[in-house]
Amino acid sequence: MITKRIIPCLDVRDGRVVKGIHFQGLGDVDSPVRLARMYSESGADELVFYDITASAEGRALFTDILTETARQVFIPLTVGGGINTVADFDRVLKCGADKVSVNSGAIRDPSLVGRAAKKYGDQCVVLSVDVKRVDGVFRVFARGGRENTGMEALEWIRRCVGDGAGEVVVNSIDTDGVKQGFDLEMLEQVCNIVKVPVIASGGAGAIDDFLTLFRRIPGVDAGLAASIFHFGEVRISDLKQEMRRQGIPVRI
Amino acid sequence: MTAIVDYGVGNLFSLRSSLEALGEHPLVTADPEAIRAADRVILPGVGAFADAAARLRAGGLDGVTREIAQRGTPLMGICLGMQLLFEKSLEYGEHSGLGLLKGTVRPIRGILDDCGADPEGKLKIPQMGWNALRFRQASPLFRYIQEGDYVYFVHSYAATDCDDALAADTEYGTWLTACVQRENVFGCQFHPEKSGTVGLNILKAFCETEKEA
Repeated sequence: MITKRIIPCLDVRDGRVVKGIHFQGLGDVDSPVRLARMYSESGADELVFYDITASAEGRALFTDILTETARQVFIPLTVGGGINTVADFDRVLKCGADKVSVNSGAIRDPSLVGRAAKKYGDQCVVLSVDVKRVDGVFRVFARGGRENTGMEALEWIRRCVGDGAGEVVVNSIDTDGVKQGFDLEMLEQVCNIVKVPVIASGGAGAIDDFLTLFRRIPGVDAGLAASIFHFGEVRISDLKQEMRRQGIPVRI
Repeated sequence: MTAIVDYGVGNLFSLRSSLEALGEHPLVTADPEAIRAADRVILPGVGAFADAAARLRAGGLDGVTREIAQRGTPLMGICLGMQLLFEKSLEYGEHSGLGLLKGTVRPIRGILDDCGADPEGKLKIPQMGWNALRFRQASPLFRYIQEGDYVYFVHSYAATDCDDALAADTEYGTWLTACVQRENVFGCQFHPEKSGTVGLNILKAFCETEKEA
């Protein structure tokens, strides 16, 4: 039976992980390559590298570390951040990324998802969407969650999946950073309208939040988080043991 | 020396890197002579069956792949490369493969429908993610792994009617072909180069196979 995936997300700027990540006994580590290796060894099913660099030099450093990571870490790698054109897909895929996630780039140019899917295959294109409730309606936000596009989120997701997005990362701005659990209501609605894998993001604060997610919304395929893994609040090995104990299919 | 057949389908970066991590020095090549000279050959591939089969033919690489396999050189197909080893595929029409293994590649949805699995269509296609192997026959590929180990799949089609060669399968509504072997011809539907330590161990075992006398 296919397992539920646990995916740590690393924010990378100028080739380093943004906040040095504290691993027990190792102190702060900010080398993306070393962190990727550690996460892979501790049971991560996949890794997301999010490039938050603005400059061309920073972008070059990013592709360097991506290449180096892909040489050493043999689990699926997804890259996001700064993906605005098909040429951007090409740039990161050549460096060893397996999937590419688009967010604002698809909002600016809605033909991007379809063109990339045609060239690289649906399985390569991940739609990442930042969603927030505005007057009771799920709206798509752009620019890292700062700007309301006015677009209705479920309609946007449906459209991009129709165009060829092979996976959807749903990041709830309402629950992000609150650490009170994933946005089950939002995720359930997304799972009801798409038949591609759905990855939950935003809100995990403890192991229980993942257990609740997978038990309550069986359509969700993966849980993504950043800081709780980075700061050791949740250890992936502990999380996976607990998932197994609760009968949730998991790779150990 | 292990040759990776480069016929313009998919990204070979990870496959090459994974072999290098095992201490191998793989040759990524489209040269028939280099493929003929190799100790073992890997046929990778992602994308559509018909397109890949056409590219393999256009590069004159179908003949040499068949030839080295028939001469006893260990050959491993990965993902679409495994599907190409079979007689035919029913992906958008009917297309011939290399015919090195008996069997037909069919859409997972059709396979599920035929056995009445997943009547409500809840399973997602492609199967994407980590799934466990069930061994069906002994294979040198399994030397360093165990039954139940997890590997990473991304596929919408699967090989059927290939009992002769079935080495391992995986449960996704029904049992889907995961790994095949008949003599010196091997295949993995999953991506060993993306399957962590288990995948590396499968590649390591393949790199230890020797040409049959």
